[in-house]
Amino acid sequence: MDEEKTTLTEQILAEEGAPAEAEVLAKGEDVLAETPEEGKPKKKKKGGKWQSKNQWKAWLYLLPALAILAVFTVWPIINTVRMSMLYRVDAEGNVIGYHNLDAMRGFKYQFGFANFASAVHYSGFLNALGNTMLLTVITVPISTMLALLIAVALNSIKPLKKVYQTVFFLPYVTNSIAIGMVFMAMFHMVGIDLSNPQSVGIINSIIKAFGGKPINWVDMGSTKVANMVVLILFIVWNALPFKILVLLGGLQNVDKQYYDAAKVDGASRFRVFWRVTVPLLSPMIAYVVITGFIGGFKEYTSVVGIFGDAMGPTGGAHRLDTMVGFIYDNINGKTELSTQGRASAAALILFAIIFAVTMINFYVSKKKVHY
Amino acid sequence: MANQILASASVGKPAIIVAAVLAVLILGMVVTCVVLVCRRSADSRRKTKKFLVKAALYAFLTVMAVIVLFPFYWMLISSVKTLNEYNQAEPTLWPQQFQWSNYALAFTGNLNLGRLFLNTVIVGVVSTLLSLVITVLSAYAFARLEFKGKNILFAALLATMMIPGELFTVTNYITVSDLGWLRSYSVLIVPFLVSVFYIYLLRQNFMQIPNELYLAAKVDGTSDLKYLWRVMIPLASPTLISITILKMMGAWNSYVWPNLVANDLPHRLITVGLRGAAFKDTLTGLTNYPAQMAAVVLVTIPLLIVFLFFRKYIMRGVSRSGIKG
Repeated sequence: MDEEKTTLTEQILAEEGAPAEAEVLAKGEDVLAETPEEGKPKKKKKGGKWQSKNQWKAWLYLLPALAILAVFTVWPIINTVRMSMLYRVDAEGNVIGYHNLDAMRGFKYQFGFANFASAVHYSGFLNALGNTMLLTVITVPISTMLALLIAVALNSIKPLKKVYQTVFFLPYVTNSIAIGMVFMAMFHMVGIDLSNPQSVGIINSIIKAFGGKPINWVDMGSTKVANMVVLILFIVWNALPFKILVLLGGLQNVDKQYYDAAKVDGASRFRVFWRVTVPLLSPMIAYVVITGFIGGFKEYTSVVGIFGDAMGPTGGAHRLDTMVGFIYDNINGKTELSTQGRASAAALILFAIIFAVTMINFYVSKKKVHY
Repeated sequence: MANQILASASVGKPAIIVAAVLAVLILGMVVTCVVLVCRRSADSRRKTKKFLVKAALYAFLTVMAVIVLFPFYWMLISSVKTLNEYNQAEPTLWPQQFQWSNYALAFTGNLNLGRLFLNTVIVGVVSTLLSLVITVLSAYAFARLEFKGKNILFAALLATMMIPGELFTVTNYITVSDLGWLRSYSVLIVPFLVSVFYIYLLRQNFMQIPNELYLAAKVDGTSDLKYLWRVMIPLASPTLISITILKMMGAWNSYVWPNLVANDLPHRLITVGLRGAAFKDTLTGLTNYPAQMAAVVLVTIPLLIVFLFFRKYIMRGVSRSGIKG
């Protein structure tokens, strides 16, 4: 294969003449000194020997990485597809997905798509899917807009710029679980069943100070809407640093002459932002939106950070479940009849969604992004 | 003195103080503007406008910075409050009394933070070292050596990056159970040793090193490994430092996989322990939030220290990856 390529290249070189000469010279090879016919066999021999020695060495260097990837990346891809297609039907007609322990006990499995149907019809699935979609669709635009505003503001100041930059990056280097617990502490009602019924927690105190009414955000009896608001705030807080970093990096590379031209034309600040900054930044915006969507669909630890493993406030367990949470609950048997077949099916559905959304994003950005 | 005022103040009073300060500031700005605009010359008017825009920018950034910092502030002051003070009807903005023993609770209670620190450091250090060796060798092969199917293999590796990790977890859980690795250090280290992204990052870095150096080394009779160790690694050290820090932070912050496969005290990692521990007050049976916040501070502070020292490397690695940990 490689040798064919060399021959072909040389033939092209021989036919094309002048421009090819330059290329060959750049390569620093002595083909030109001889006629192509003479050079061919000589080079083939040399390259072949050198390469075969390196082939062996290259595979040795790659061995540890490839061995681990084979076991923990390639095999899982194959096996997940396999498990998602295996199911059995019990005496009552329930579809039961593949489980490796059952398989060892000698259960026989059929091949088909029943796991996908059973995953979709399973009680928690639509809730998890809905929550995931909702969180993604709300948080990505909010965090992108905010990050864009902050990045533009940061880019147009000089004193204290480094300080602000560091502050805005801080949430990135924290532990989502740990800070989720802080958000819980900020929003929950303190000492609710102590002698003090009117105690409300810091966020509610701030709301009260501005004349609002305290809200039950995260405790027993809270509404799902209130829970979601807290989650969205936390996810946006968490997503900002990365987006600011990327967008600010993009802004710093923008050629100043575009702004000078806009100034000469007397364009307003808003117009400059909308007509110059946003189009010039569009590749970075597309990048943070795509990674934001992918991250959003994989949302899980934010919910665990605030609400714990129960994925919901006391009395509302699993109310805030996400797709990834659904998959994990099906792996380690927290839900009844949990099977690896169903978990695999759910994981593949998640992959399909992420893939589709990423493709749509690419398609849209191809049309809109100005490179 | 300031402490006393703050300590005695509940949220209601500071809100009024803050509002008053803001009002004075805004009033001052308006007066300045009016004065400046009255001077009428086009030049000074432009200056005024510029000043106003700058003021608005700083105001916006300051408000956002306060929102970003507030959870950190709340975590720190809550961690030293007494449970009684924490449970007051109106939360205090500064502790009336510092109770440092909350921090001792994190080490003695059911959390056993010392053991969790040790587990996490062992897993972090071992997995970082092994991962660096594997990454350097593979990146070198992809950047410098020629072999059949190199480009196809590299493209295939990059393609696996698109697949969400959750897809692997189901099978990996079965694999590690079959290997008898559940509740061990291996299960926390081995499955994540190879990061295609890090290989990609380092390969790009290696490619920038001119080939002439390699050829010169060959002429001098240097072996490949020696060349890699003496030339390539020193030249690529910024990327290697980025990888090391992100990998260590990954061990520190990982929750999902460790929680699934190694949630026993001898192997439990710090984040899993933090989330799983019940900080119950023995008297009331309620959550002891100050003690919990002290533990949260102890988990957060090392990350912040690492960030302050290696800011450049972290931000570099992050801006190219978009992954957390």
